[in-house]
Formats: sequence, structure tokens, C-alpha cells
Amino acid sequence: MLARPERFFEDRFGLTSSALERLLGAQLAGRVDHADLFLEYRISEELTLEEGAVKKASRHVSQGAGIRAQSGERTGYAHTDDLALPNLEEAARQARAIADQAGTGAVVAVGSGRPHDLYTLAEPPVVAALDRKVALLGQVDAAARALDPRVKQVIASLGSEDVVVLIATPSGWTVGDVRPLTRLNVTVIVEENGRREIGSYGGGGRVPLDFFLEGERWRRFTSEAVRQGTVKLRAVEAPAGEMTVVLGPGWPGILLHEAVGHGLEGDFNRKQTSAFAGRMGQKVASELVTVIDDGTIANRRGSLNVDDEGVPTRRNVLIENGVLVGYMQDRLNARLMGSEPTGNGRRESYAHQPMPRMTNTFMLAGKDDPADILRSVPRGLYAVNFGGGQVDITSGKFVFSASEAYLIEDGKVTRPVKGATLIGNGPDALTRVSRVGNDLKMDEGVGTCGKDGQSVPVGVGLPTIRIDGITVGGTQV
Amino acid sequence: MLDLLTDVLKRAKERGATEADAFLMENRAFSAQVRLGRVDTVKHAREQHLSLRVFSEKSAAAASTSDLSRASVERLVDEAVALARITAPDPLSGLPNAADLATVIPALDLDDPTGHDLAPEDKIALARRCEAAALAVDPRITNSEGGDFADRRGTYAYAASHGFAGEYSTSSFSLSVSPVATQGGSMQRDGWYHVTRKRALLDEPEAIGKIAAQRALRRLGARQVKTCEVPIVFDPDMAASLVRHVAGAVSGPALYRGASFLLGKIGQQIAAAGVTIVDDGTMPGALGSRPFDGEGLPVRRTVVVDKGVLSSYLLDTYSARKLGMASTHHGARDGAGVTVSTTNLYLDRGTTDPKDLIKSVKQGLYVTELIGFGVNGVTGDYSRGAVGLWIDNGELAYPVEEITIAGNLLDMFRAIEGVGNDLVFRDRTSAPTVLVGKMTVAGA
Repeated sequence: MLARPERFFEDRFGLTSSALERLLGAQLAGRVDHADLFLEYRISEELTLEEGAVKKASRHVSQGAGIRAQSGERTGYAHTDDLALPNLEEAARQARAIADQAGTGAVVAVGSGRPHDLYTLAEPPVVAALDRKVALLGQVDAAARALDPRVKQVIASLGSEDVVVLIATPSGWTVGDVRPLTRLNVTVIVEENGRREIGSYGGGGRVPLDFFLEGERWRRFTSEAVRQGTVKLRAVEAPAGEMTVVLGPGWPGILLHEAVGHGLEGDFNRKQTSAFAGRMGQKVASELVTVIDDGTIANRRGSLNVDDEGVPTRRNVLIENGVLVGYMQDRLNARLMGSEPTGNGRRESYAHQPMPRMTNTFMLAGKDDPADILRSVPRGLYAVNFGGGQVDITSGKFVFSASEAYLIEDGKVTRPVKGATLIGNGPDALTRVSRVGNDLKMDEGVGTCGKDGQSVPVGVGLPTIRIDGITVGGTQV
Repeated sequence: MLDLLTDVLKRAKERGATEADAFLMENRAFSAQVRLGRVDTVKHAREQHLSLRVFSEKSAAAASTSDLSRASVERLVDEAVALARITAPDPLSGLPNAADLATVIPALDLDDPTGHDLAPEDKIALARRCEAAALAVDPRITNSEGGDFADRRGTYAYAASHGFAGEYSTSSFSLSVSPVATQGGSMQRDGWYHVTRKRALLDEPEAIGKIAAQRALRRLGARQVKTCEVPIVFDPDMAASLVRHVAGAVSGPALYRGASFLLGKIGQQIAAAGVTIVDDGTMPGALGSRPFDGEGLPVRRTVVVDKGVLSSYLLDTYSARKLGMASTHHGARDGAGVTVSTTNLYLDRGTTDPKDLIKSVKQGLYVTELIGFGVNGVTGDYSRGAVGLWIDNGELAYPVEEITIAGNLLDMFRAIEGVGNDLVFRDRTSAPTVLVGKMTVAGA
């Protein structure tokens, strides 16, 4: 549906490459260290089923331009929803104002490597037929109710989007990307003897609608949601205090995102406000731990052909055998720190300026059998599903909230416990990793990361790991 | 703006919609960040957004766009009507009864026509003064995430096919700073802010900077405490977060889905007698005020919890019909249609000086920051990361971190033993200091 980005903005808005070059050249060239224009056109759609029927459907178009001028550490940013040329010129003038306060050198020409081709789809999910989507949600509802009579409510939603972006600089260099994304979410409310609980599961990626039909993936999401809800119906009070915790594979990788990921973003380290600042080359994790951020995995939710500054994404090693070896960078922070951009310059939309952000963050697999890891724990917590997490970059303290967890007693997984928040110290938590499983798994494709008011899709991955001591925030003293 | 909405609604009817409503937002925004005395980022924004909801008999759908060109708006209408053909009919869907609509648009003094007339350099100067004041407080304030000034002026217009049309403008101004304090190789960040609808009412930048620095400094040297069960004193901002959890649990969509720990508890004692929670959309000049709700219904003052008894839910038209009740005029718009939102929500003031609340605690925790998402709205189970000060024999003794506090919201509200007299309307949700008799603190 959406052609090459260059042609798309030319055909729809009359923004030819020569018009863009004139705009950027006249307003910005020679005055700043870096300048760029980000054009974006986004179509999104959301269908929601509840009480057995799709009663809510919506479709949204958002479009706009963000113009940025950078001089030294300063950034001028202006964005507009109206892509008429006079509005873009006004935005460019506003962005440039920041550069007028200081004399600087010429704009650096920023050609970059070739973009990847990670998610070209014959039929993007947003254009797939509506009746197929409605039918899919209907199957989810029927399956959930058939699975267990305790299911009282099913809320299933299917969101899809297609985003066309074009990044242009005063040197005439442009790069574009077309980014499909979809996600199916299943939430059930279960009830037994007056006790109610919630179970939630889902997934997706930069994939076609058929992704949910392959091997009846939608059915697995549904049964997972029901299973989680019903397990929680018999959950006992969670323990409180420091103990050994075993994390299951996949989504519990949110640990990495919070404990080390944010702290290794370039901006916080340039500003020396991260608990990891100045620790490059030092040991920050057990030697069993290697952590990667990789934006180049085909069809994954956190992947990008190029980042939002036009830099092709990469596979960046952050921690290698326990040693801190890499930060994630955007252009500004790379330039100011004398390093290279790493393909991590991302933004929520044209209305936001890029920042260093994660893509797909995971730990490499180790050698241990996951069952052996569990058997090695006399008393502890086995956490397999999580809600969200958060980190205080400066103090390094991070939390992530278990939504499905069990007690480990004498090496055996026993009773399910209620949700509890786990809290730790980023620079310290991974030094306590004593076992790493051979079962690395990426999450299903549900993650959204928030930073400074900006949300972007991300992925995480983890093998089963054992952490010798982290504080579990239950109620049972 | 209303002309565009009228055209959109007319076209929707021509295309086969039986009912429709639409809103249009236009904003101009500016923000500036200064870091360590130097300009870091200056942002200018121009935003517009048109959103349409249509009903085809009893089937509903919504569409929105930021492209207000004629062709785009026509596409918007066509897509919304086409979407409504694939959604299932619901006999309870539709606009509110015309008789309930606001007939008078009250003047709530929500904008500041002259406040935005300040040159960017002068706005930057406010951020710079705020940060400079924080950095000057103590040599241990060594770094900063920056001082920020932001202002925004917007107009919101809403019209519905049964005849309602109204619009209003709002302003907001904010000033904030996040200093970093260092001691013995460890860092602590904290911050302070002020948000108003009138620029003249913004706190002095120096006052904000000073409080921010003191907040960061008092966290230096924080340690873990042993796991225990103790009384918890929530500072006003953290007490406000508890009030938000109650609002989430009494909002219509959570209730009719059975996803609330307060389901069916109207008329029951859900909190200690000292707890009264009010939502008041009519407060002049306040951050959460609005002249009409997202469906054109007049806003009002709603007592949600009256001396500990749950007295009202927060409902829009659809969720009210689902529950066999009347809307409480808390409809708010999101892209997909109508949801519920609070206006100015607050826990009413008590009579105790907050210092006396702290004094009454022998061993316990004074909470100043909570992080994470460990709140289960269905069960009320609560477990969040906390930062604060340890209370030893009624005195704030030392800072603590890397701990969690946990309990159940229903138990927590019933265990509120004291409500401070220090209510200040600083945000859309406000509360005074609150003392909860007992919760679990997990630490070392």
C-alpha cells in the first residue's frame, strides 16, 4: 500500500527531494553541527472484543514533521502536524534559532551504511481484511470460554499499524523506512468462590496477520491468559525479603532492560547521571553474563531497518562475560562522547526528538539445564511472568513486578504466590547471577518502553537464570 | 473550529451514520531545557487532531487524523462509517440523552491569554534560574538532569449530532528541575516542579530549585532496612498516588468488566472514617477542571468516598448504562471513543499536622517516592518499590532505598489512622499526608 518513502511524501504532500534539500539547505546548512528532518505518516487501527463481540473499532492517521538542529550540546527541535511547506519553513527557523547563539562549523555529512530489510511484508497487518481480524478475535473469545468455566470476561484486542518515515539532512542524504507492527492481546477475568483474578497474554511483531494463525498461535496466547488467571486464583501471599530468585526464560528478560539496559544508554553516561557512568571496561556482572542489544533480528517488535536518525541498526554487545563493553548511542551523544552511533537513536514519533533507546535486549544462553537450576535452590522464588518495570538511573535501583511466580521449596516448584515487585541495584544485581540456562527465549512481542515521556516498541530475551539474592516485595514476613 | 466539526457531523450523517460526535484539538507548545547553565534543548510544537465517533444504528466506530485537509477529513468520515459496519451492535451504545447535555458553558478561567507572551529567551531564563538555585544550595549538588520550562496553549472543541457544540481554551505553564547529589561515590537524583494555568501564579524559580536540591540531598547515604511490618506515612504526592488507584477501581469500564476490587461496594465502608475523596471539575483555574465532559455533559462535584463509605462510581454514559446507573459526567475522549477520567480528584484534608503524624510513629517509613507497576486493580494487591526516610521514635532519622512496601489497597485504606491538614492542589490529583497503620516493608 505504502510505496517507497521518498515517493510517498512527494506524491501525497508535494515534498520533493529538491524541496526538502532547499528547505534544509536555506535554513540550516553551515550553521549547525547536525540537522535533520523527520517526516512521518502513521496509520493505526485497533479492534477490541469484549462480552463476546467486537464493539470497538478505530482507525487513526497521524502525520507530521520534526526538524532538528544541533550545535554543541544544544538541540533545537520543532514539529508540526501540518506538512505544508510554509509550516516546515517556520519549524526550521524555530529549530535553527538555537544555533544562532553560537558560531559553529559546517554540517557534517552523515551518510550511513545500507538499511536492513527485516520486515518487508506482502500484506502489512493494517491492510489485512477487517472480517478476518474480527473472526480471529471471535475465535479467541470462544476458545477462552471453552477452556475453563471460571472465565467470566474476555477482552481481546488486535492493534496494527504501518509507519512510513523519511529522514533527510542538509547534505541531500535521505533514507526511508516502512515499518509494519501488530499485536494481539488476550485478557481474561476469572472467578471462583467470589475471588476474581486477571490473566493476560499476547504477542506480535513486525509480521503479517497470518502470524497469529501459524500453528494456532492465537490459541496458545489464549490458553496462556486463562492458565495464568486460574493459577493466580490459588496464589498464596508472596514472601517478603531477600532470597534466591530463578527467572524463567523469555519475558523475564525485562530484568536486563531495567537493571542494566537504561543505565547503558549514552545520554545518561555522557551527562554522568547513570550509576554505570565511568564504568566502561569494569566488571558489572558475573562472568556467566553476556548482554546484547540487537535491532537486526527479522520481524521482531524491537527491530528496525534504520533507527530514527537513519543509522542502520546493529548487534551491539553491552556486557561481555561480565565486563561492560558498550553503550547504546544516538548521533548527538556519540558525537559528544567521541564514539560512533550504534543504531539506537529512536523516537516515539515526529513530535519527539531522538534519544538512545534499546531495541531487542537479551542475555546469551549458558550451559545449565533449566531443571538443574531449579533443583539447586533450597528455598526461593521462581518467577516466570512479569508486568512492567522501572529504574532510577542515578541511584541504579530498579523494580520489575512478577505477575506469575511460585515458591521453590527443596529444589521443587510448589505453590503459586501473588504478584510481587522485585527490587535490586543495577550495577550489583547481575554480579549475583550464579547459573545461566541453555534455553534462551525471546519474548512474544509485547514490550513497550517509556523514557522521558516517549514510548517505543522493544523486545527482551532471557534464558533461565538463578540470582543469589534479590529483594522480593511480598507481604509474608 | 466548530464549523469544521459541524461539516464533519453532516457528512457522517450523509454517509449513513445515525448519530455521531467529534472533537478537535489545536495546541501550540514550547519547552526549554537548561543543563548546568547551558541551553540543552528548545522545542516548538504545533499540533492538531480531529477525532470522530459514529453510530450506525447501535454499532459504533471511531477514527482520527492530524491531517485536516479536505480530502483527509472526507476519508476520515468514510473510514469511520465503514468500520461501524463491521462492529457488533450494542443496544446500550449511543450518545447521552439530549436532555442531560450542558446548556451553559461555565467560565472556569482555564486560560491565560497574555501569559504566553514571553520571548523564548525569557522562558529559557526561568529554567536557568530554577536550575542555578538548585545547584547553589550545597556543594554536594554536583550535577543535574536539567531545569525545564514548558508552556502550552490549546483549544478544544466538541460537537455532537444531537445539537451540542462547545469549545474552550486552556493554558498551562510548568517549571521543574532534577538535581543530582553526590556523596562518597554514590549519586541520588530527585526533583521538584510546579504546574499552573496562569504564568503569574508559578512559584518563583528559586523556590522550586531549593526544594529540589533539599529533596536530592536528603536521599544521600540511603540504605536498606530489614524486612518488617510497620506503619507507613505517605507524603502528599505519594498519598495522591493511592487516591488514583481508588479512582481506577471505581471507573465504569473496570467495573462492568468485573476488573475492580471495589465492584459492588457502593454504600460499604471501604476506608477509615477519616477518608473523604472528592472529584470536582468545577474548581476555577484548576488543572483538572473542564466546562463539560467528553460527551457534552456538565461537570460537577462528586463525592466518591464519604467518611470512608464508597458513595459514587465514576461513569461515562456507556458504562453507566451497563451498570444500570446514570452517568456521573466523567466521560473523556480517547482515540477509540469514550473512556472515564477524573477532573480535580482529592483526598480531603484532615485535622492533624503532618509533623504529628510522623511523631506518632515509633518505628516506620515516610515514603517520598514509589516506582514500578505492582498494583493489581482486580484484587487490590499492592507491591511497589519505595524510597523514603526511616522514622525512629517519631523523628525522620535516615534515608532508605531498595525496599518495597506491600499490602492490599482495601486493607490499606481501612488502616488509615491519620490524615494531615496539609492538602495543597498541586496537581490534577492531590492529597494531604496520610498514615497507614501497617504494611509490609521488604528489604535486606
